[in-house]
Amino acid sequence: MSTISRITVTALAAVVGMSTLAACGGAGGGAADTKTVTLVSHDSFNISKSVQAAFEKESGYKIRILRGGDAGKAVNQAILSKGNPQGDVFFGIDNTLLSRGLHEGIFSPYRAKGLDKVPAALQLDKGEHRVTPLDYGDICVNYDRGYFARHRTAPPKSFADLLEPRYKGLLVTENPATSSPGLAFQLGTIATYGEHGWQGYWKKLKANGVEVVDGWEQAYNDRFSGSAAGKDKGDKPLVVSYASSPPAEVLGKKPAPKEAPTGVATGTCFRQIEFGGLLKGARNEKGGKALLDFLAGRRFQEDVPLRMFVNPARTDAKVPELFTKYGTTIGRPTTLPPETITKNREQWIKQWSSLVLK
Amino acid sequence: MVLARSEVARTRRPVPVRGTAVRLGLMAVPLAFFALFFAYPVVAIVGRGLKDGGQWQFGRFGAVLGDPDIAHVLWFTVWQAAASTALTLLIALPGAYVFARFAFPGKQLLRAVVAVPFVLPTVVVGSAFLALVGRGGLLDELWGLRLDTSVWAILLAHVFFNYAVVVRTVGGLWSQLDPRQEEAARMLGAGRFEAWRRVTLPALGPAVAAAALMVFLFTFTSFGAVQILGGPTFATLEVEIYRQTAEFLDLPTAAVLTLVQFAAVLGVLALHALTVRRRESALRLVPAAQTAHRPRGRGQWALLWGTLGVITVLLIVPLAVLVERSFDGPDGYGAGFYTSLRSAASADSTFAVAPLDALWNSLAYGVAATAIALVVGGLAAAALTLPRLRAGASGRTACVSRLVRGFDALLMLPLGVSAVTVGFGFLISLDTPPLDLRASWWLVPLAQALVGVPFVVRTMLPVLRAVDGRLREAAAVLGASPWRVWREVDLPMVRRALLIAAGFAFAVSLGEFGATVFIARPDQPTLPVAVARLLGRAGELNYGQAMALSTILMVVCAAALLILERLRPLDHSGEF
Repeated sequence: MSTISRITVTALAAVVGMSTLAACGGAGGGAADTKTVTLVSHDSFNISKSVQAAFEKESGYKIRILRGGDAGKAVNQAILSKGNPQGDVFFGIDNTLLSRGLHEGIFSPYRAKGLDKVPAALQLDKGEHRVTPLDYGDICVNYDRGYFARHRTAPPKSFADLLEPRYKGLLVTENPATSSPGLAFQLGTIATYGEHGWQGYWKKLKANGVEVVDGWEQAYNDRFSGSAAGKDKGDKPLVVSYASSPPAEVLGKKPAPKEAPTGVATGTCFRQIEFGGLLKGARNEKGGKALLDFLAGRRFQEDVPLRMFVNPARTDAKVPELFTKYGTTIGRPTTLPPETITKNREQWIKQWSSLVLK
Repeated sequence: MVLARSEVARTRRPVPVRGTAVRLGLMAVPLAFFALFFAYPVVAIVGRGLKDGGQWQFGRFGAVLGDPDIAHVLWFTVWQAAASTALTLLIALPGAYVFARFAFPGKQLLRAVVAVPFVLPTVVVGSAFLALVGRGGLLDELWGLRLDTSVWAILLAHVFFNYAVVVRTVGGLWSQLDPRQEEAARMLGAGRFEAWRRVTLPALGPAVAAAALMVFLFTFTSFGAVQILGGPTFATLEVEIYRQTAEFLDLPTAAVLTLVQFAAVLGVLALHALTVRRRESALRLVPAAQTAHRPRGRGQWALLWGTLGVITVLLIVPLAVLVERSFDGPDGYGAGFYTSLRSAASADSTFAVAPLDALWNSLAYGVAATAIALVVGGLAAAALTLPRLRAGASGRTACVSRLVRGFDALLMLPLGVSAVTVGFGFLISLDTPPLDLRASWWLVPLAQALVGVPFVVRTMLPVLRAVDGRLREAAAVLGASPWRVWREVDLPMVRRALLIAAGFAFAVSLGEFGATVFIARPDQPTLPVAVARLLGRAGELNYGQAMALSTILMVVCAAALLILERLRPLDHSGEF
C-alpha cells in the first residue's frame, strides 16, 4: 500500500507540476513580456511570412497568432474573456457581429494610422474608433458558366431573377443558423425587400425550389456544379458563395484560362466588412497599437487579397492580377446597419427556419 | 468452473479500511484531473448561463424545454441514437466474431483500417460518404439509390464511424475467451446456439454493453454526421447546443440543454452499470492466437466473406473515394496535390501548413494526450476493479462503494458533453495563474485526453474485471505486495487491452477536431485542422490538397494502429 500511495503522490505531483509548467508557458505572454504582441483571430486569418517578418523587424515585436475557430466563435471567445483577453489585438469581427462586440465593450478606442485612406462607407465606428476596418468582401450567388452556356440561358443577375421559373431548382444556399454566407444571403434579401417583405420573398424562393444545406463546404464543394472540386458531380449551377470564389477557381490552373469557370450575380451581393481592434485589458497595449497601425498599413493591406481572398480596406492598396482579371467588382452591394443585425439576428433566423425548413 | 466475483470477495481477508485507502489513493489522480479540466470548466460555463446577478435561474428550464422545437430535437436525438446503436451492433457483432475467431491473411491490416473512419474529420468523411450514397454517387449510378438528407444516410454513417468500437471492444475480449468452455457445454449436450447463449454470451455481456453504450453516446451526441448528411432539417441536442453557444451566444439556453444532455447520459450510464453488475463474472482468458483458426465449413466461410463484403462496401469504398480524389488532379491522375502541398508550404504564407509540420503537431499532441489518458484512465480502471467492498459491513464502505460507482459514471461524462461547452468553459475558467492555460501548448492534449480517458477505462475494465480474483489472492498469500500483484498478475493479462486502449486514445486525439480547432492555441495546426482550413476555401487546388492531407492522416492512423497491433507480447504474436 505504501508503494501505491507513493506512486499516486508522484503521479499527482507530476500532473500538478505539468500544469504549473504549462501555466508558466501560458503566462509567457504576460505582463513582463513586452516583446511579443498577440493577435487573436479566426481560422482563416493569414499573412505572408515575409510581411510578418517585416513588421517584426521594424517594430521589434514578435507576432503570436491565436486562431480560434470560425469568425462567430472567435468573436464569442473574445466576448467571454472580456477584461482578461487572450491577446492584444483582435482581427476579424465583421459587420454582422460588430455591434454585439461593441455592446459588450471588448475594445479600447485607438485611431490607427492611415485611416484616412479607408473609404467612409467602411468606417462603421467612425466616431469612437474602437474598431478599424481592415478588409471587405461580398457574398453573392455564384453561377456555373458552363451550365448556362450549355442551356443557352442567361445567368441570374438579381434577387428578383432568382424567382423566375427558368431558375427553378437550380440554387443551393446555406442555413443562416450554421453558416455565415447563409446568414449574409438572408441579410441581403432583408436589405433588399425590407423587414416586412423578406418573408414573402423567401416563400416564393422556396416555391421556386431553393435547396438548403448546413455548411458552405457542402454547398460549394458537393452540390455546386461549377466548383472544380465537385468533378462535375454537383447538380446545382447556382450557389451562395463569395465574390472572390471565381478567382480562387483559377488558382493553380495551368495554363491560366481566359476567364474564370464561374461568375457572380452582381445584384445578389451582401457586403461583409472585417474590423480589427485593440482588446480591452491587453497586456501589451503599446505593441497592440503598433500592430493595428501595421494591419491598416499598405504593406499588410496589399498582402490581404491573395492570403484571405478579400479586398483591402485601403483605396491605395494595389490588388493583384488574379483579382483584377478574374474577379468582379461589385458596384452596389446591399448592407444593413450592424445594430439592426444584432437586434434582430436571432429572431430573423428563427423566422427563416420555420419558413423555409418546415 | 467459473466463480462469480462476489463469491471470490467473500473469501478474501484484507482489512476493508486498507482497501478503501488504496482505492482512494488510486482515484486521487483521475479525480484531480477531472475536477480541474472537466468539472470546473463545465460548471463555470453552465453557471454563467444559469446565474443572473448571483441568483440561480431554474425557471429557464421550463421555458427552454417547453419550446416544441427543442422537444422535437430531443425526440430525434434519442430516436436516431437508439436506431444507430441497434444497426451498428447488428452489422458489427458478426465482424467482431470474425476478427476474434478466424485467422485470415491481412487481418491485422484490416483491423487497423476499420478504425480509420473514427479519426478522420467528419467534414471529409461526410463528403466521401455522399460520394457513396449521395446524388451522382456510386449507388446512384449503379442502382439509382440516393440516401442523402435522409435518416438512412445518418444511420449508415454512424455504423461507418462506430464499426471499430464494437469490433475492438467486443472482439478484444472475444478473442481471449477460451473456446473450450463452449465446446465443453456442447459435449454436455447443449446445442450450438444453446452453448453460445449460455456460455459465451454471458461472458461477452459486459463488453457488448460497453460497446453499445459507447456507440449510443457517440450517436446521441453526434454532430458532424448529422449536420452534413442530414441537412438542416435534422438536429441533435449536440447540434442545438453548438448553435445556441457558438452562433447566438445564448448561454442560458445552452446551459439548460447541456444539463439535459448530462442527465440523459447519466441515465444511460446508470442503465449500463446495472447490466454490467448483473453479468459480471471472472473469465478464463487465453492468448488470442490460440483461439483464432482458419474458417471451417461452408457456414464459417460464408460469414467471413459476408463480413469482408460489408467492410468493403461500408468502410473501404468511402475511404477509397478520398484517396482517389487526392490523386485526381486537373491533368489526370498524379501526385500533383501532394507535391503542391509541399511547395505551398514552403511558399510565402502562414496559412498553408507543410504536411510534415501538421503531421508532427498531430503526433506530438497525440502522444502527450495518450500518455495522459493512459495514466489517468489506467489508475481509474485499477481503482474500479479492486475487489468489491462488502456492502452493509459498515456505513462507510457502503458510502465508498457508492462513491466508486459515481466515479465510474463520471469518467464517461466527457463523451456526453459538447466540445463547444468544454472549450468555452476552458476559456473562462482556466484563465488565471497558476492555471492560465488559455494559450498553453498543453491545452490541446489535455482536452484530447478528456475524450481519450473513457476509451481507456472502457477497454480495460472488462478485461481487468475478468481476471480471476483467485490469482491475485494466491499471489497475495505468497507475500506479494499489491503493486507486485498488479504487475505480475494483472499487467500481463491486460497488456493487450492496454495497447488497444492506447491505440484508441491515440487515434481519438489524432482525429480530434471539435476541441482542437476551438481552443485558441499557438500556431500549430493539427492535420484535421489543416484539412478544415483548406476545405473552407474555393478552388480545385485547395480541395485537392485537403484530400491529400486527409489521405496522409488516414495512412498515419492506420500505421499507428498497425504498429500497436504488432507490439503485442512476443508469445502472442504467432498468429500467422
